[in-house]
Amino acid sequence: MQILKLKETVAFMSYRKLASIFSIILIIASLTSLATNKLNWGLDFTGGTLLEIGFDQPADLGKIRTVLETGGFDDAVVQLFGNPNDVLIRLGQRENLKAEMLGNQILGVLEQGTGQTIDMRRIEFVGANVGDELTEQGGLAMLTALICILVYVAFRFEWRFALGSVTALAHDVILTLGLFSFLGLEFDLTVLAAILAVIGYSLNDTIVVSDRIRENFRKVRKGTPEEIINISLTQTLSRTMITSLTTFLVLLALFFKGGALIHGFSTALLFGIVVGTYSSIYVASTVALGLGISKEDLIPEVIEKEGADQEELRM
Amino acid sequence: MLNKYPLWKTLMVVFIVAIGALYALPNYYGEDPAVQISGTKGVQADLSTLDAVKDTLAQANITYQSAALKNGQVLVRFSDYKTQQTANESLSTSLGDKYSVALNLTPATPEWLASLGGVPMKLGLDLSGGVHFLMEVDMKTAMGRAQENMIGDFRTNLRSEKIRYRSVKESGNGVEVIFRNVDDLASAESLLKRTYGDYLFVDNEDKLSLKITMTDAKLKETREYALQQNITIIRNRVNELGVAEPLVQRQGAKHIVVELPGVQDTARAKEILGATATLQFHMVDQEHDLRAAVNGRVPPGSFLVNDQNGQPQLLKKRIMLRGEHIIGAAPSRDQQTSRPQVSIDLDSKGGSIFSNATKDNIGKPMATVFIESKATGEKNPDGSLKFTQQQEVISVATIQARLGSKFVITGQESPAESQNLALLLRAGALIAPIAIVEERTVGPSLGAENVQLGMQAILWGFALVLIFMMVYYRKFGVVANLALAANLVLIVGIMSLIPGATLTLPGMAGIVLTVGMAVDANVLIFERIREELRSGKTPQQSIHHGYDSAFSTIIDANITTLIAALILFAVGTGPIKGFAVTLSIGIITSMFTSIIGTRAVVNALWGGKKIDKLSI
Repeated sequence: MQILKLKETVAFMSYRKLASIFSIILIIASLTSLATNKLNWGLDFTGGTLLEIGFDQPADLGKIRTVLETGGFDDAVVQLFGNPNDVLIRLGQRENLKAEMLGNQILGVLEQGTGQTIDMRRIEFVGANVGDELTEQGGLAMLTALICILVYVAFRFEWRFALGSVTALAHDVILTLGLFSFLGLEFDLTVLAAILAVIGYSLNDTIVVSDRIRENFRKVRKGTPEEIINISLTQTLSRTMITSLTTFLVLLALFFKGGALIHGFSTALLFGIVVGTYSSIYVASTVALGLGISKEDLIPEVIEKEGADQEELRM
Repeated sequence: MLNKYPLWKTLMVVFIVAIGALYALPNYYGEDPAVQISGTKGVQADLSTLDAVKDTLAQANITYQSAALKNGQVLVRFSDYKTQQTANESLSTSLGDKYSVALNLTPATPEWLASLGGVPMKLGLDLSGGVHFLMEVDMKTAMGRAQENMIGDFRTNLRSEKIRYRSVKESGNGVEVIFRNVDDLASAESLLKRTYGDYLFVDNEDKLSLKITMTDAKLKETREYALQQNITIIRNRVNELGVAEPLVQRQGAKHIVVELPGVQDTARAKEILGATATLQFHMVDQEHDLRAAVNGRVPPGSFLVNDQNGQPQLLKKRIMLRGEHIIGAAPSRDQQTSRPQVSIDLDSKGGSIFSNATKDNIGKPMATVFIESKATGEKNPDGSLKFTQQQEVISVATIQARLGSKFVITGQESPAESQNLALLLRAGALIAPIAIVEERTVGPSLGAENVQLGMQAILWGFALVLIFMMVYYRKFGVVANLALAANLVLIVGIMSLIPGATLTLPGMAGIVLTVGMAVDANVLIFERIREELRSGKTPQQSIHHGYDSAFSTIIDANITTLIAALILFAVGTGPIKGFAVTLSIGIITSMFTSIIGTRAVVNALWGGKKIDKLSI
């Protein structure tokens, strides 16, 4: 079976201006959304208290709100979580650290007020300065990852590819963050993990494409850089589509079957994979091409023993 | 000949997968809910304990799977969590405080497998339920203490060498000593420099002062020491709680992570972990007037502390003994008055300090001061937490004789109070106060639900990929599916083998993602083979070139992802770390199974034969 039957080389790069405009518009939109809507930071980053409570029958959110208000928790945000019996309650950062006692207090207030038996599913309390540290650490993790990857790719390939792939990564991260801010989805630690996974995935894709471009620069005698990139993209296209498809399938399973706790995680990855697939085709190659990648940059240094062996075998 | 693996290579693949399967096997048997009974205060559980346990369970009509004595602990297994809970309650009440009863999950791994070192994967708190605390150590206090020690040490040193000084006092983050003349300054400097190589000395002959500060290395060492000491003490306290498989770990420069699987009573856990209680012994200042001191004229060298009834006491500032020398504390009763008291044991250093300090003070009153540190919730300008110290005189007693390393303190109002005090003291005095800055509790029902959902997601994702690969690549797809299955087995096997690896919910997501990405290597190879076939090569050549030319691509792509995963592991915490662990393991195993593993199968099936068509 075969999904794509491509007889001819697709002229991907002739649409690169269009793609660049498309990407730039999306990036500007994402940055604008990030600047105006901000990110809906989760408890991990802001500090505060979060309770997940299971009732033995569908929960009456209105009543819970009134009970909490009379109990002195007027800043409580109450929402359903996963199913009609489960309720998520969030409270902002309290001035004094007594907040760590809050969980049990709220449980008591609720049990009395609603008269229902309560199943404590999860209580989380995070101090604000832990959040600050995490934000710093998370940002640092992302930056370190990007730099290390840049160095590795520059070392294995060529600096133009390295810049291309890192641009593609930054592109994917910005768009995913933009989506989260635009939809107002909560950004917590698992989402951060997902974004880092998007980096890994998108990189995987970009490397496969770059690898083929490098190979074709050596193999194909004639042709402009643009033509060679087109040939390479066409050759890797079916692989790109299949891998994205299988990963997408697996993530769909995670999204629908994995439970409410990792919805954010799977959302970020689903979106990230779509963007990552697109960026490995357009962003990375366009940047490398724009920086003037040419045959001469790739041919001289690379012929190693492995390649030599292969030539012999082919004859 | 093309596409032939030497026998050893095929055997190696089979062997590795078999080992992986062997160590993944314990997860199939799962874990039994159990109750673990161990003796406290040096008592060991023995056969009579075992009988007592059996009797209690029989009386309460609780059925159990097995009860056995091993390593001085009794372990009772149950078939479900409810029975475990009721058994826990009835055992805790019937056995009394000589034993600690803890909930436990015990692997149901068969004997032969366990003897080979087979254990199931450890589950994170989000999957097993329990409490997670993040604690912050108050480094300011720790450094203040170090400074006090410096002052004490310098005084003793100078005195024993008979070098006269005017004063020794704190100054910035060091100590300043003022002398009467230049000669004293010079001889003190050379004396101290010899003994304290890791301090910096700055002298000022005009002011007759010598400033001593810690070197950066020494500062760092002091901070490390404070953190390590606190970790040790918290570990002791966790053990007092009787929790099975607790985790106490440092995180960064001033944080400590504590995880207590299965614990639901967070209030008690917090009380024991968070309280920093210590004792200090001071002489009562009898030379000065208490009333004058209360009115604001506190003599230098003395300070005011209230006692339990709110009455002020005037005490000498000099500390006769600190709580860190206490190695044992037990509640007891006075033989004559039968009032509650706490018997205290000191270590040998503490014993000699205390005996020296009390010998000159026989007949004089000595006060025992109880010190508790608590976080106020406010912050210092540098972002660290503010702590307050609450001091209270819990007893004033006249020293009857020279005290050694064993003595009692009185003044508790109830046996419960003396028991609690003994527990806190036994658990050790923290070098610096700690505050709980993060707390996460996951209920057992949510944990079980998370496991179930995670498993479902893995199975669904896996099934979808298997079907797709089989339809799309036919026989080669089946080979890739075998590799995927082997990959999953290897991940589980390695996760079970590595002692520090814990499976979390994001970790499960990591496995799901690896399944998706592991396919990539085979897709790369198979697409190459198809390309070669299209270009007119024979099937054997196509297989050969397909594997060869995809190889470097796969390596580059996987190594870059591995870099990302390792960085996540290094800087990440909690869920990120859990995700990074399974992802890195998954990348490594998938490279093995999808390159070497599938090649072995492909070679065995098609290698060395004359074939016209490939099922790809």
